Amino acid sequence: MKIGTMNDLTRFLIFAVVILAMPVWLDPLGGNYPDLLQKFAIYGIFAIGFNILFGLTGYLSFGHAAFLGVGSYAAVWSFKLFTMNAIPALMFGVLFAGALALIIGFLSLRRSGIYFSILTLAFAQMSYNLAYSVLTPITNGETGLQLAQSDPRVIDNMFVEASAGLPSTNLFGLTMSGYPGFYFCAALLILGFFISMRIFRSPFGLMLKGIKSNQNRMMYTGLNTRPYMLTAFVISGMYAGLAGSLLAITDPLAGAERMQWTASGEVVLMTILGGVGTLVGPMIGAGLIKYFENIFSAFNDTVLAEMFSYLPDALVELVVPVVGLFVGSGWHLTLGLLFVVVVIFLPGGIVEGVDKLVKFIRNREKNVGGKVTPQDQPGE
Amino acid sequence: MNDLVLHLDNIQKNFGGLSALSDVNLQVEEGTTHAIIGPNGAGKSTLLNVCIGRLKPDAGHVTFYGEELTGRKPHEIAQMGVARVFQTPEIFPEMSLLENVMLPAFSKRDGAFSMNAHKLLSRQGDIRDEAEHILEDVGLQEQMMTEAGSLSRGDKRRLELGMCLILKPRLLLLDEPTAGMSRHDTNSTIDLLKKIKSRGMTKVIIEHDMHVVFSLADKVSVLARGQIIAGGTPEEVREDPKVKEAYLGGAH
Ligand SMILES: Nc1ncnc2c1ncn2[C@@H]1O[C@H](COP(=O)(O)OP(=O)(O)OP(=O)(O)O)[C@@H](O)[C@H]1O
Ligand SMILES: [Mg+2]
Repeated sequence: MKIGTMNDLTRFLIFAVVILAMPVWLDPLGGNYPDLLQKFAIYGIFAIGFNILFGLTGYLSFGHAAFLGVGSYAAVWSFKLFTMNAIPALMFGVLFAGALALIIGFLSLRRSGIYFSILTLAFAQMSYNLAYSVLTPITNGETGLQLAQSDPRVIDNMFVEASAGLPSTNLFGLTMSGYPGFYFCAALLILGFFISMRIFRSPFGLMLKGIKSNQNRMMYTGLNTRPYMLTAFVISGMYAGLAGSLLAITDPLAGAERMQWTASGEVVLMTILGGVGTLVGPMIGAGLIKYFENIFSAFNDTVLAEMFSYLPDALVELVVPVVGLFVGSGWHLTLGLLFVVVVIFLPGGIVEGVDKLVKFIRNREKNVGGKVTPQDQPGE
Repeated sequence: MNDLVLHLDNIQKNFGGLSALSDVNLQVEEGTTHAIIGPNGAGKSTLLNVCIGRLKPDAGHVTFYGEELTGRKPHEIAQMGVARVFQTPEIFPEMSLLENVMLPAFSKRDGAFSMNAHKLLSRQGDIRDEAEHILEDVGLQEQMMTEAGSLSRGDKRRLELGMCLILKPRLLLLDEPTAGMSRHDTNSTIDLLKKIKSRGMTKVIIEHDMHVVFSLADKVSVLARGQIIAGGTPEEVREDPKVKEAYLGGAH
């Protein structure tokens, strides 16, 4: 079966199984930590939502981290004011991110192309700066927003006496850290993937693709493009808000650095790396970046020196600092290089690369076998 | 005056110092095919741009079935029932022909923006059937699943015509619909346009090919340097000395 022609139900089921089985198949790859697994799922949601805007309409937002940050703040406030339950937290996260996306989208969508990107970037940086300055009472500035023993938590306190120590986030009693936290995020990721798939296949999605392909044509056949664009923008902002609230649910604190432009850039990289406008590409991109970030940033000079200890001492002194540039805190350099390579050699991202590879292997098999079975005909 | 579909009243359009249209008056009656001819740069495409809201006239009014079009947004004008085939085909090059023809139907249905999630997210069997039917009309049904960008220039025009026909417009504006087509394709396009005419659709057609003009037009207006210099039936216009001059001599 070719990836491009796979039936949607199969695609969805494979996606769900692969995600739920991550603890199993990531174990030999050294990726089976609950914290990391949660990150895969959360950033997958972020990237899949981003792709609804960027992949379908072609409008590149450089400010989606603002929605991620707002989602986190809203979730932590929900913990502080109402309850440690995850459900209200994520509802608040999605709602506030959606409201902010409505405002930023309304203003930014008056322009297209690079001007749109710059407007979104400017609004996100404004949000970031506000979080550090005037909004300190809400965001707790540089320290970040944290839980405190003295928080009201009105709903929780109606039912149980506050215990000593900080309570933990939960889903009706099930603690939202570790593997349960991962499975909660994974379930939402699968739901998010399903919704995105439905949007991609719907008239709404087709109209968004039409706007990307030829906005004039859409306009002169009667489409009022702006409200549809705004809807796509708000939906993708809500995905970001969901991701942000999950970050807080699995680790209940929120800081302004989550809104910084580097975080906005990261989701752009994830989407492009995996494949813009493809269904699974953004998930693959998010997974790869978070995986390599985890592996590469763990290296430090001592680890490296050990790794290269089989080399003569003089060489070790030469190699370690050079390699050291690319790992640890310098891992962004590796990411940058990887990105450059993908954009130059595989402009369609990894998904396109895999498609090409499958085609190549298939053609070679055909040439070797010399026979073509009907199932192998193009168009199958 | 109900049978007056399109009325251009003293339209003026300048580009900087250039007067692209000056005092243009035009009346198109229901069910007729009105041809506009004229040398290159005469202002023919500009005239259509004014009708569909791509350009705002500097003076004058455009009305459509008595309703004012000037100042309206392009998508509103399209929603009212005005469709246009452009001089350089405006299609969706990365999509299949089928999607190309289905999309305008969605624009027409939901263009004014509706948040009816059921309608927006459901599969669209009826619109698909209709699109296939239209592709058959324009003779492209066999290539239904090919990418539109790979079509020849002539086929792209026919596709765009199909994209306009699915809108069932009350007025169809065609900007050189046969340019770049072979004789054979031109003739089949003429047949198709005749068929559309027999269904009563009103059309304005810009055309250089006199064979096309004489086979289709009920009325002809001649535009030169932004002014209508002659008008009438095709025969009248052919005999008009001013027309011959505009096409042959020209230097004033
Ligand atoms: N957007 C624009 N800005 C400036 N000048 C324009 C613009 N559009 C058209 N013109 C000028 O207005 C004049 C009329 O152009 P128009 O495209 O309407 O001619 P046309 O009759 O359609 O010619 P053709 O037969 O070549 O298509 C030309 O001189 C053209 O250069
Ligand atoms: Mg023209």
